[in-house]
Amino acid sequence: MTVPDSHPEKRAFPLPDTAVPRLRRGVRLSFDPTRDSYVLLYPEGVLLPNETAAAVLGRCDGGADVATIVASLARDFDGVDAAQVSDLLRRLERRRLVEIVERPDGTVRDDG
Amino acid sequence: MGEPGPSVGPPFGLLAELTHRCPLRCAYCSNPLQLVPASNELDTDQWRSVLDQARRLGVLQVHLSGGEPMARRDLPALVEHAHSLGCYVNLVTSGLSLTDGAAAELVAAGLDHVQLSIQDADTRGADAIAGARAHERKLAAAAVVRRLGLPLTVNVVLHRGNLDHVEAIVDLAERMGADRLELANTQFYGWALRNRAALLPTAAQLRAADVVVRDAVERLAGRMEISYVYSDYHERRPKPCMHGWGSRQLTVAPNGDVLPCPAASVIEGLDLENVRTRPLAEIWYESASFNAFRGTDWMREPCRSCAFREVDLGGCRCQAFLLTGDAANTDPVCQLSPHRAVVDRVLAEDVLLVPPPSVPRRMPVSRNGDAL
Ligand SMILES: C[S@@+](CC[C@H](N)C(=O)[O-])C[C@H]1O[C@@H](n2cnc3c(N)ncnc32)[C@H](O)[C@@H]1O
Ligand code: SF4
Ligand code: SF4
Repeated sequence: MTVPDSHPEKRAFPLPDTAVPRLRRGVRLSFDPTRDSYVLLYPEGVLLPNETAAAVLGRCDGGADVATIVASLARDFDGVDAAQVSDLLRRLERRRLVEIVERPDGTVRDDG
Repeated sequence: MGEPGPSVGPPFGLLAELTHRCPLRCAYCSNPLQLVPASNELDTDQWRSVLDQARRLGVLQVHLSGGEPMARRDLPALVEHAHSLGCYVNLVTSGLSLTDGAAAELVAAGLDHVQLSIQDADTRGADAIAGARAHERKLAAAAVVRRLGLPLTVNVVLHRGNLDHVEAIVDLAERMGADRLELANTQFYGWALRNRAALLPTAAQLRAADVVVRDAVERLAGRMEISYVYSDYHERRPKPCMHGWGSRQLTVAPNGDVLPCPAASVIEGLDLENVRTRPLAEIWYESASFNAFRGTDWMREPCRSCAFREVDLGGCRCQAFLLTGDAANTDPVCQLSPHRAVVDRVLAEDVLLVPPPSVPRRMPVSRNGDAL
Protein backbone atom coordinates (compact mmCIF):
# COMPACT_ATOMS: atom_id res chain seq x y z
CA MET A 1 0.00 0.00 0.00
CA THR A 2 1.18 3.50 -0.71
CA VAL A 3 -0.68 5.99 1.38
CA PRO A 4 -1.55 9.23 -0.40
CA ASP A 5 0.68 11.87 1.07
CA SER A 6 -1.18 15.12 0.90
CA HIS A 7 -4.57 16.55 1.60
CA PRO A 8 -6.27 17.30 -1.70
CA GLU A 9 -8.57 19.87 -0.14
CA LYS A 10 -5.62 21.92 1.03
CA ARG A 11 -4.17 22.12 -2.45
CA ALA A 12 -7.28 22.44 -4.58
CA PHE A 13 -7.28 26.22 -5.11
CA PRO A 14 -5.66 27.46 -8.33
CA LEU A 15 -2.05 28.56 -8.33
CA PRO A 16 -1.51 32.30 -8.28
CA ASP A 17 0.21 33.78 -11.35
CA THR A 18 3.24 34.64 -9.27
CA ALA A 19 3.86 31.11 -7.99
CA VAL A 20 7.13 29.64 -9.24
CA PRO A 21 7.04 25.88 -9.86
CA ARG A 22 10.08 23.68 -10.21
CA LEU A 23 10.76 19.97 -10.43
CA ARG A 24 11.36 18.54 -6.99
CA ARG A 25 14.78 17.37 -5.97
CA GLY A 26 15.36 13.99 -7.59
CA VAL A 27 12.91 14.53 -10.45
CA ARG A 28 14.24 14.79 -13.99
CA LEU A 29 12.59 15.39 -17.38
CA SER A 30 14.26 13.79 -20.36
CA PHE A 31 13.54 12.39 -23.79
CA ASP A 32 13.54 8.66 -24.49
CA PRO A 33 14.37 7.82 -28.09
CA THR A 34 13.31 4.18 -27.52
CA ARG A 35 9.75 5.23 -26.77
CA ASP A 36 9.88 8.44 -28.81
CA SER A 37 8.42 10.24 -25.82
CA TYR A 38 9.30 12.61 -23.05
CA VAL A 39 9.78 10.84 -19.75
CA LEU A 40 9.67 12.12 -16.21
CA LEU A 41 12.08 10.20 -14.02
CA TYR A 42 11.77 10.18 -10.24
CA PRO A 43 12.84 7.93 -7.37
CA GLU A 44 9.90 5.53 -7.46
CA GLY A 45 9.19 5.35 -11.14
CA VAL A 46 8.78 6.74 -14.60
CA LEU A 47 5.94 8.80 -16.03
CA LEU A 48 5.27 9.37 -19.71
CA PRO A 49 3.85 12.91 -19.89
CA ASN A 50 1.82 13.85 -22.95
CA GLU A 51 3.07 16.66 -25.18
CA THR A 52 1.27 19.40 -23.25
CA ALA A 53 2.44 18.19 -19.86
CA ALA A 54 6.00 17.84 -21.17
CA ALA A 55 5.86 21.41 -22.50
CA VAL A 56 4.75 22.67 -19.09
CA LEU A 57 7.32 20.58 -17.21
CA GLY A 58 10.08 21.76 -19.52
CA ARG A 59 9.31 25.32 -18.48
CA CYS A 60 9.37 24.66 -14.74
CA ASP A 61 12.91 25.90 -14.24
CA GLY A 62 12.49 27.35 -10.77
CA GLY A 63 12.75 30.88 -12.21
CA ALA A 64 9.64 31.36 -14.33
CA ASP A 65 6.36 32.04 -12.55
CA VAL A 66 3.03 30.64 -13.72
CA ALA A 67 2.17 33.77 -15.75
CA THR A 68 5.47 33.56 -17.61
CA ILE A 69 5.02 29.83 -18.26
CA VAL A 70 1.52 30.37 -19.64
CA ALA A 71 2.74 33.21 -21.88
CA SER A 72 5.60 31.09 -23.16
CA LEU A 73 3.26 28.17 -23.89
CA ALA A 74 0.88 30.51 -25.74
CA ARG A 75 3.70 31.46 -28.11
CA ASP A 76 4.23 27.80 -29.08
CA PHE A 77 0.75 26.30 -28.85
CA ASP A 78 -2.81 27.28 -29.75
CA GLY A 79 -5.58 27.42 -27.19
CA VAL A 80 -3.48 27.46 -24.01
CA ASP A 81 -5.76 27.66 -21.00
CA ALA A 82 -4.23 29.15 -17.85
CA ALA A 83 -6.67 27.25 -15.62
CA GLN A 84 -5.63 23.95 -17.16
CA VAL A 85 -1.96 24.74 -16.69
CA SER A 86 -2.60 25.59 -13.06
CA ASP A 87 -4.61 22.42 -12.61
CA LEU A 88 -1.87 20.28 -14.14
CA LEU A 89 0.76 21.86 -11.87
CA ARG A 90 -1.44 21.25 -8.85
CA ARG A 91 -1.73 17.57 -9.76
CA LEU A 92 2.02 17.29 -10.25
CA GLU A 93 2.54 19.02 -6.93
CA ARG A 94 0.23 16.52 -5.25
CA ARG A 95 2.22 13.68 -6.73
CA ARG A 96 5.35 15.29 -5.31
CA LEU A 97 6.91 15.75 -8.73
CA VAL A 98 6.71 19.54 -8.76
CA GLU A 99 7.10 21.97 -5.88
CA ILE A 100 6.22 25.63 -5.60
CA VAL A 101 9.29 27.62 -4.69
CA GLU A 102 7.97 31.10 -4.20
CA ARG A 103 4.72 31.75 -2.48
CA PRO A 104 2.49 34.57 -3.76
CA ASP A 105 3.17 36.67 -0.66
CA GLY A 106 6.81 36.71 -1.64
CA THR A 107 8.05 34.26 1.01
CA VAL A 108 10.52 31.71 -0.18
CA ARG A 109 9.89 28.19 0.91
CA ASP A 110 12.46 26.75 3.20
CA ASP A 111 13.16 23.29 1.92
CA GLY A 112 16.27 22.59 3.92
CA MET B 1 5.34 -20.85 -23.59
CA GLY B 2 8.36 -19.30 -25.24
CA GLU B 3 6.20 -17.12 -27.47
CA PRO B 4 6.06 -13.43 -26.57
CA GLY B 5 2.55 -12.31 -25.66
CA PRO B 6 1.04 -9.81 -28.05
CA SER B 7 1.05 -6.97 -25.52
CA VAL B 8 4.58 -7.21 -24.11
CA GLY B 9 6.10 -3.75 -23.89
CA PRO B 10 9.63 -2.70 -23.02
CA PRO B 11 10.74 -2.69 -19.36
CA PHE B 12 11.14 0.55 -17.38
CA GLY B 13 13.38 -0.63 -14.59
CA LEU B 14 16.46 -2.75 -14.04
CA LEU B 15 17.35 -4.07 -10.61
CA ALA B 16 21.07 -4.74 -10.91
CA GLU B 17 22.20 -6.92 -8.02
CA LEU B 18 25.87 -6.20 -8.44
CA THR B 19 27.08 -8.54 -5.73
CA HIS B 20 25.83 -10.68 -2.88
CA ARG B 21 28.76 -9.71 -0.68
CA CYS B 22 27.68 -7.62 2.27
CA PRO B 23 29.21 -6.44 5.55
CA LEU B 24 25.85 -7.00 7.27
CA ARG B 25 24.12 -10.24 8.14
CA CYS B 26 20.48 -9.21 8.39
CA ALA B 27 18.30 -12.11 9.48
CA TYR B 28 15.46 -10.67 7.39
CA CYS B 29 17.47 -10.46 4.17
CA SER B 30 15.39 -11.41 1.13
CA ASN B 31 18.45 -12.55 -0.80
CA PRO B 32 18.46 -16.24 -1.69
CA LEU B 33 20.02 -18.81 0.64
CA GLN B 34 22.31 -19.76 -2.25
CA LEU B 35 24.33 -16.56 -2.40
CA VAL B 36 26.55 -16.03 -5.43
CA PRO B 37 30.24 -16.11 -4.44
CA ALA B 38 32.47 -13.20 -5.50
CA SER B 39 34.34 -15.43 -7.95
CA ASN B 40 31.16 -15.86 -9.96
CA GLU B 41 30.18 -12.19 -10.29
CA LEU B 42 29.93 -10.43 -13.64
CA ASP B 43 32.94 -8.19 -14.26
CA THR B 44 32.85 -4.48 -15.01
CA ASP B 45 32.62 -4.86 -18.77
CA GLN B 46 29.88 -7.42 -18.49
CA TRP B 47 27.87 -5.05 -16.27
CA ARG B 48 28.48 -2.23 -18.74
CA SER B 49 27.11 -4.44 -21.47
CA VAL B 50 24.06 -5.28 -19.33
CA LEU B 51 23.43 -1.56 -18.87
CA ASP B 52 23.86 -0.87 -22.60
CA GLN B 53 21.47 -3.64 -23.52
CA ALA B 54 18.98 -2.61 -20.85
CA ARG B 55 18.90 0.99 -22.08
CA ARG B 56 18.45 -0.16 -25.68
CA LEU B 57 15.61 -2.36 -24.51
CA GLY B 58 13.87 0.62 -22.88
CA VAL B 59 15.10 0.67 -19.28
CA LEU B 60 15.12 4.19 -17.82
CA GLN B 61 15.63 3.47 -14.18
CA VAL B 62 18.57 1.55 -12.78
CA HIS B 63 18.55 0.37 -9.18
CA LEU B 64 22.04 -0.64 -8.10
CA SER B 65 21.58 -3.09 -5.26
CA GLY B 66 22.78 -6.43 -3.92
CA GLY B 67 24.05 -7.55 -1.40
CA GLU B 68 25.91 -4.37 -0.78
CA PRO B 69 26.57 -2.56 -4.08
CA MET B 70 29.29 -0.47 -2.45
CA ALA B 71 31.32 -3.64 -2.02
CA ARG B 72 32.02 -3.35 -5.76
CA ARG B 73 35.09 -1.23 -6.48
CA ASP B 74 33.70 -0.38 -9.91
CA LEU B 75 30.51 1.14 -8.54
CA PRO B 76 31.39 4.73 -9.58
CA ALA B 77 32.22 3.50 -13.09
CA LEU B 78 28.88 1.69 -13.33
CA VAL B 79 26.97 4.70 -12.01
CA GLU B 80 28.71 6.84 -14.58
CA HIS B 81 27.91 4.40 -17.35
CA ALA B 82 24.21 4.17 -16.48
CA HIS B 83 24.03 7.94 -16.16
CA SER B 84 25.73 8.51 -19.51
CA LEU B 85 23.05 6.32 -21.10
CA GLY B 86 20.37 8.67 -19.76
CA CYS B 87 19.15 6.42 -16.97
CA TYR B 88 17.96 7.54 -13.56
CA VAL B 89 20.39 5.94 -11.13
CA ASN B 90 19.29 4.81 -7.68
CA LEU B 91 21.70 3.36 -5.14
CA VAL B 92 20.14 0.87 -2.71
CA THR B 93 22.58 0.59 0.14
CA SER B 94 23.14 -0.28 3.77
CA GLY B 95 25.27 2.87 3.83
CA LEU B 96 28.24 1.56 5.79
CA SER B 97 30.83 2.84 3.32
CA LEU B 98 28.94 5.95 2.28
CA THR B 99 31.52 8.47 3.47
CA ASP B 100 31.79 12.04 2.18
CA GLY B 101 34.48 11.05 -0.28
CA ALA B 102 32.74 7.96 -1.64
CA ALA B 103 29.40 9.74 -1.93
CA ALA B 104 30.90 12.78 -3.67
CA GLU B 105 32.48 10.48 -6.24
CA LEU B 106 29.13 8.80 -6.90
CA VAL B 107 27.35 12.14 -7.22
CA ALA B 108 29.98 13.35 -9.67
CA ALA B 109 29.38 10.15 -11.63
CA GLY B 110 25.69 11.01 -11.92
CA LEU B 111 23.92 9.31 -9.02
CA ASP B 112 20.32 10.56 -8.73
CA HIS B 113 18.95 9.07 -5.53
CA VAL B 114 19.92 7.06 -2.47
CA GLN B 115 17.80 4.48 -0.70
CA LEU B 116 19.34 3.81 2.67
CA SER B 117 18.16 1.02 4.93
CA ILE B 118 18.14 1.16 8.72
CA GLN B 119 17.16 -1.68 11.03
CA ASP B 120 15.59 -0.08 14.07
CA ALA B 121 15.24 3.15 16.01
CA ASP B 122 18.02 2.46 18.50
CA THR B 123 21.58 1.33 18.03
CA ARG B 124 21.38 -1.84 20.08
CA GLY B 125 18.28 -3.28 18.42
CA ALA B 126 19.47 -2.29 14.97
CA ASP B 127 22.95 -3.76 15.34
CA ALA B 128 21.55 -6.98 16.79
CA ILE B 129 19.44 -7.79 13.74
CA ALA B 130 22.15 -6.55 11.33
CA GLY B 131 24.79 -8.71 13.00
CA ALA B 132 27.27 -5.82 12.87
CA ARG B 133 27.93 -2.39 14.34
CA ALA B 134 26.19 -0.49 11.63
CA HIS B 135 23.56 1.87 12.98
CA GLU B 136 25.73 4.86 13.84
CA ARG B 137 27.48 4.66 10.48
CA LYS B 138 24.09 4.68 8.74
CA LEU B 139 23.11 7.86 10.53
CA ALA B 140 26.39 9.40 9.38
CA ALA B 141 25.66 8.21 5.84
CA ALA B 142 22.28 9.94 5.89
CA ALA B 143 23.98 13.19 6.87
CA VAL B 144 26.40 12.77 3.97
CA VAL B 145 23.53 12.31 1.52
CA ARG B 146 21.84 15.40 2.92
CA ARG B 147 24.99 17.49 2.64
CA LEU B 148 25.32 16.54 -1.01
CA GLY B 149 21.70 17.50 -1.64
CA LEU B 150 20.62 14.13 -3.03
CA PRO B 151 17.07 12.94 -2.41
CA LEU B 152 16.97 10.30 0.33
CA THR B 153 14.61 7.41 0.89
CA VAL B 154 14.97 5.55 4.17
CA ASN B 155 13.88 1.92 4.08
CA VAL B 156 13.08 -0.10 7.19
CA VAL B 157 12.13 -3.75 7.15
CA LEU B 158 9.60 -4.39 9.91
CA HIS B 159 9.32 -7.60 11.93
CA ARG B 160 8.45 -8.89 15.36
CA GLY B 161 11.50 -7.31 16.94
CA ASN B 162 11.02 -3.73 15.76
CA LEU B 163 7.33 -3.31 14.90
CA ASP B 164 6.62 -1.88 18.34
CA HIS B 165 9.15 0.88 17.63
CA VAL B 166 7.49 2.25 14.51
CA GLU B 167 6.82 5.61 16.09
CA ALA B 168 10.45 6.07 17.09
CA ILE B 169 11.53 4.82 13.66
CA VAL B 170 9.40 7.48 11.96
CA ASP B 171 10.92 10.14 14.23
CA LEU B 172 14.40 8.95 13.43
CA ALA B 173 13.73 9.00 9.68
CA GLU B 174 12.54 12.57 10.05
CA ARG B 175 15.69 13.54 11.92
CA MET B 176 17.76 11.84 9.23
CA GLY B 177 16.15 14.19 6.73
CA ALA B 178 14.42 11.54 4.61
CA ASP B 179 12.24 12.72 1.74
CA ARG B 180 10.53 9.35 1.79
CA LEU B 181 10.22 6.57 4.30
CA GLU B 182 9.44 3.02 3.26
CA LEU B 183 8.14 0.90 6.08
CA ALA B 184 8.07 -2.60 4.66
CA ASN B 185 6.88 -5.56 6.64
CA THR B 186 9.22 -8.48 6.04
CA GLN B 187 8.47 -10.35 2.84
CA PHE B 188 9.25 -14.00 3.39
CA TYR B 189 11.84 -14.99 0.82
CA GLY B 190 15.41 -16.19 1.17
CA TRP B 191 16.87 -15.68 4.64
CA ALA B 192 13.66 -14.08 5.83
CA LEU B 193 11.74 -17.27 5.09
CA ARG B 194 14.45 -19.26 6.83
CA ASN B 195 13.97 -17.01 9.88
CA ARG B 196 10.22 -16.64 9.61
CA ALA B 197 9.47 -17.99 13.07
CA ALA B 198 11.67 -15.29 14.60
CA LEU B 199 10.43 -12.48 12.38
CA LEU B 200 6.71 -13.00 11.95
CA PRO B 201 4.82 -10.23 13.77
CA THR B 202 1.70 -10.76 15.84
CA ALA B 203 -1.68 -9.47 14.68
CA ALA B 204 -1.79 -7.19 17.72
CA GLN B 205 1.55 -5.64 16.80
CA LEU B 206 0.33 -4.99 13.27
CA ARG B 207 -2.90 -3.38 14.47
CA ALA B 208 -0.99 -1.03 16.75
CA ALA B 209 1.53 -0.15 14.03
CA ASP B 210 -1.30 0.57 11.63
CA VAL B 211 -2.63 3.32 13.87
CA VAL B 212 0.82 4.84 14.33
CA VAL B 213 1.52 4.79 10.59
CA ARG B 214 -1.81 6.38 9.64
CA ASP B 215 -1.18 9.09 12.14
CA ALA B 216 2.32 9.75 10.88
CA VAL B 217 1.17 9.86 7.25
CA GLU B 218 -1.33 12.56 8.18
CA ARG B 219 1.03 14.54 10.37
CA LEU B 220 3.95 14.52 7.94
CA ALA B 221 1.97 15.14 4.74
CA GLY B 222 3.95 17.40 2.45
CA ARG B 223 7.16 16.90 4.44
CA MET B 224 8.03 13.22 4.41
CA GLU B 225 6.17 10.76 2.26
CA ILE B 226 5.52 7.43 3.93
CA SER B 227 4.79 4.21 2.13
CA TYR B 228 3.75 1.18 4.10
CA VAL B 229 3.98 -2.39 2.89
CA TYR B 230 1.58 -4.74 4.66
CA SER B 231 2.37 -8.10 6.15
CA ASP B 232 0.68 -10.16 3.45
CA TYR B 233 0.30 -13.30 5.60
CA HIS B 234 -2.12 -11.31 7.77
CA GLU B 235 -4.19 -10.04 4.85
CA ARG B 236 -7.11 -11.64 3.03
CA ARG B 237 -5.82 -10.97 -0.45
CA PRO B 238 -2.31 -11.25 -1.84
CA LYS B 239 -0.06 -8.43 -2.90
CA PRO B 240 0.06 -8.05 -6.68
CA CYS B 241 2.98 -9.69 -8.48
CA MET B 242 5.12 -6.53 -8.89
CA HIS B 243 3.42 -4.72 -11.79
CA GLY B 244 3.01 -8.07 -13.45
CA TRP B 245 5.49 -10.80 -14.29
CA GLY B 246 7.80 -9.64 -17.09
CA SER B 247 5.85 -6.43 -17.42
CA ARG B 248 7.84 -3.44 -16.14
CA GLN B 249 11.03 -4.58 -14.48
CA LEU B 250 13.77 -7.16 -14.68
CA THR B 251 16.48 -8.22 -12.26
CA VAL B 252 20.01 -9.27 -13.10
CA ALA B 253 21.63 -11.34 -10.34
CA PRO B 254 25.36 -11.03 -9.49
CA ASN B 255 26.19 -14.03 -11.72
CA GLY B 256 24.26 -12.67 -14.71
CA ASP B 257 21.08 -14.69 -14.28
CA VAL B 258 18.12 -12.67 -15.52
CA LEU B 259 15.07 -12.85 -13.28
CA PRO B 260 11.49 -11.70 -13.86
CA CYS B 261 11.26 -11.13 -10.08
CA PRO B 262 14.13 -10.69 -7.57
CA ALA B 263 13.00 -13.83 -5.73
CA ALA B 264 12.44 -15.98 -8.82
CA SER B 265 15.64 -18.00 -8.55
CA VAL B 266 13.86 -20.23 -6.02
CA ILE B 267 11.28 -21.49 -8.51
CA GLU B 268 12.35 -24.96 -9.56
CA GLY B 269 11.81 -25.73 -13.20
CA LEU B 270 11.94 -22.08 -14.24
CA ASP B 271 14.64 -22.11 -16.89
CA LEU B 272 16.63 -19.01 -16.06
CA GLU B 273 18.67 -17.40 -18.81
CA ASN B 274 21.99 -15.68 -18.32
CA VAL B 275 23.38 -12.51 -19.91
CA ARG B 276 26.61 -14.38 -20.61
CA THR B 277 24.84 -16.63 -23.08
CA ARG B 278 21.85 -14.72 -24.49
CA PRO B 279 21.08 -11.09 -25.41
CA LEU B 280 18.94 -9.30 -22.85
CA ALA B 281 16.25 -8.30 -25.37
CA GLU B 282 15.77 -11.90 -26.41
CA ILE B 283 15.50 -12.95 -22.79
CA TRP B 284 12.91 -10.23 -22.08
CA TYR B 285 10.72 -10.93 -25.08
CA GLU B 286 11.26 -14.57 -25.95
CA SER B 287 12.48 -16.61 -23.00
CA ALA B 288 10.32 -19.28 -21.39
CA SER B 289 10.99 -17.84 -17.94
CA PHE B 290 9.74 -14.34 -18.80
CA ASN B 291 6.70 -15.67 -20.64
CA ALA B 292 5.80 -18.27 -18.02
CA PHE B 293 3.44 -16.02 -16.02
CA ARG B 294 2.82 -13.04 -18.25
CA GLY B 295 -0.77 -11.85 -18.44
CA THR B 296 -3.51 -14.10 -17.04
CA ASP B 297 -3.61 -17.09 -19.41
CA TRP B 298 -1.45 -19.26 -17.14
CA MET B 299 -3.94 -18.97 -14.29
CA ARG B 300 -5.90 -21.80 -12.74
CA GLU B 301 -8.95 -21.66 -10.54
CA PRO B 302 -9.82 -19.85 -8.35
CA CYS B 303 -7.89 -17.00 -10.03
CA ARG B 304 -8.97 -17.77 -13.59
CA SER B 305 -12.59 -16.80 -13.02
CA CYS B 306 -11.99 -14.28 -10.22
CA ALA B 307 -12.94 -10.61 -10.48
CA PHE B 308 -9.59 -9.59 -8.97
CA ARG B 309 -7.38 -11.43 -11.45
CA GLU B 310 -6.28 -8.24 -13.23
CA VAL B 311 -5.83 -6.44 -9.90
CA ASP B 312 -3.48 -8.75 -8.00
CA LEU B 313 -2.56 -11.11 -10.87
CA GLY B 314 -3.05 -14.05 -8.55
CA GLY B 315 -0.43 -12.77 -6.13
CA CYS B 316 3.22 -13.75 -5.95
CA ARG B 317 4.49 -16.68 -8.06
CA CYS B 318 7.53 -17.16 -5.87
CA GLN B 319 5.43 -17.33 -2.72
CA ALA B 320 3.03 -19.77 -4.43
CA PHE B 321 6.02 -21.98 -5.20
CA LEU B 322 7.62 -21.65 -1.78
CA LEU B 323 4.44 -22.45 0.15
CA THR B 324 2.57 -24.84 -2.17
CA GLY B 325 5.32 -26.31 -4.33
CA ASP B 326 3.78 -25.06 -7.60
CA ALA B 327 4.36 -21.54 -8.92
CA ALA B 328 1.17 -21.62 -11.03
CA ASN B 329 -1.05 -21.97 -7.96
CA THR B 330 -2.94 -19.07 -6.43
CA ASP B 331 -0.77 -17.27 -3.87
CA PRO B 332 -1.79 -19.12 -0.66
CA VAL B 333 -2.15 -15.82 1.17
CA CYS B 334 -5.46 -15.41 -0.68
CA GLN B 335 -8.49 -16.45 1.35
CA LEU B 336 -9.86 -18.12 -1.79
CA SER B 337 -6.78 -20.29 -2.23
CA PRO B 338 -7.31 -23.97 -1.41
CA HIS B 339 -3.90 -23.74 0.30
CA ARG B 340 -4.70 -20.86 2.66
CA ALA B 341 -4.49 -23.30 5.58
CA VAL B 342 -0.72 -23.38 5.05
CA VAL B 343 -0.53 -19.70 5.94
CA ASP B 344 -3.04 -19.94 8.78
CA ARG B 345 -1.05 -22.77 10.32
CA VAL B 346 2.09 -20.64 10.24
CA LEU B 347 0.26 -17.74 11.86
CA ALA B 348 -1.18 -19.95 14.59
CA GLU B 349 2.02 -21.84 15.37
CA ASP B 350 4.75 -19.28 15.08
CA VAL B 351 3.08 -16.45 16.84
CA LEU B 352 2.29 -18.27 20.06
CA LEU B 353 5.89 -19.13 20.71
CA VAL B 354 8.60 -17.02 22.13
CA PRO B 355 10.44 -16.36 18.86
CA PRO B 356 13.53 -18.54 18.40
CA PRO B 357 16.87 -16.89 17.61
CA SER B 358 17.42 -16.09 13.97
CA VAL B 359 20.19 -17.34 11.72
CA PRO B 360 22.41 -14.56 10.37
CA ARG B 361 22.72 -14.33 6.58
CA ARG B 362 26.08 -15.68 5.45
CA MET B 363 28.06 -16.30 2.30
CA PRO B 364 29.08 -19.77 1.20
CA VAL B 365 32.42 -20.75 2.70
CA SER B 366 35.23 -22.16 0.60
CA ARG B 367 36.95 -25.42 1.48
CA ASN B 368 39.81 -23.74 3.31
CA GLY B 369 37.35 -21.89 5.49
CA ASP B 370 37.53 -18.38 4.00
CA ALA B 371 34.44 -16.63 2.79
CA LEU B 372 34.65 -16.62 -1.00
C1 LIG C 1 18.36 -6.92 -0.26
S1 LIG C 1 18.67 -5.22 0.12
C2 LIG C 1 20.20 -4.87 -0.74
C3 LIG C 1 20.71 -3.45 -0.51
C4 LIG C 1 21.40 -3.14 0.81
N1 LIG C 1 22.24 -4.20 1.26
C5 LIG C 1 20.38 -2.79 1.88
O1 LIG C 1 20.07 -3.66 2.70
O2 LIG C 1 19.92 -1.67 1.89
C6 LIG C 1 17.48 -4.31 -0.84
C7 LIG C 1 16.34 -3.68 -0.05
O3 LIG C 1 15.45 -4.68 0.35
C8 LIG C 1 15.10 -4.52 1.70
N2 LIG C 1 14.81 -5.86 2.21
C9 LIG C 1 15.69 -6.82 2.53
N3 LIG C 1 15.06 -7.94 2.93
C10 LIG C 1 13.74 -7.70 2.85
C11 LIG C 1 12.56 -8.49 3.13
N4 LIG C 1 12.64 -9.74 3.56
N5 LIG C 1 11.35 -7.92 2.92
C12 LIG C 1 11.26 -6.64 2.47
N6 LIG C 1 12.32 -5.86 2.19
C13 LIG C 1 13.55 -6.38 2.37
C14 LIG C 1 16.30 -3.84 2.31
O4 LIG C 1 15.99 -3.11 3.48
C15 LIG C 1 16.75 -2.93 1.20
O5 LIG C 1 16.07 -1.70 1.23
S1 SF4 D 1 19.33 -6.70 3.67
FE1 SF4 D 1 21.08 -6.68 5.11
S2 SF4 D 1 22.20 -8.62 4.73
FE2 SF4 D 1 20.75 -8.30 3.01
S3 SF4 D 1 21.97 -7.30 1.47
FE3 SF4 D 1 20.98 -5.64 2.64
S4 SF4 D 1 22.38 -5.11 4.31
FE4 SF4 D 1 23.08 -7.05 3.42
S1 SF4 E 1 -8.45 -15.92 -6.33
FE1 SF4 E 1 -6.60 -15.23 -7.39
S2 SF4 E 1 -7.24 -13.38 -8.50
FE2 SF4 E 1 -8.84 -13.81 -6.95
S3 SF4 E 1 -8.26 -12.56 -5.18
FE3 SF4 E 1 -7.34 -14.61 -4.89
S4 SF4 E 1 -5.29 -14.44 -5.77
FE4 SF4 E 1 -6.47 -12.67 -6.52
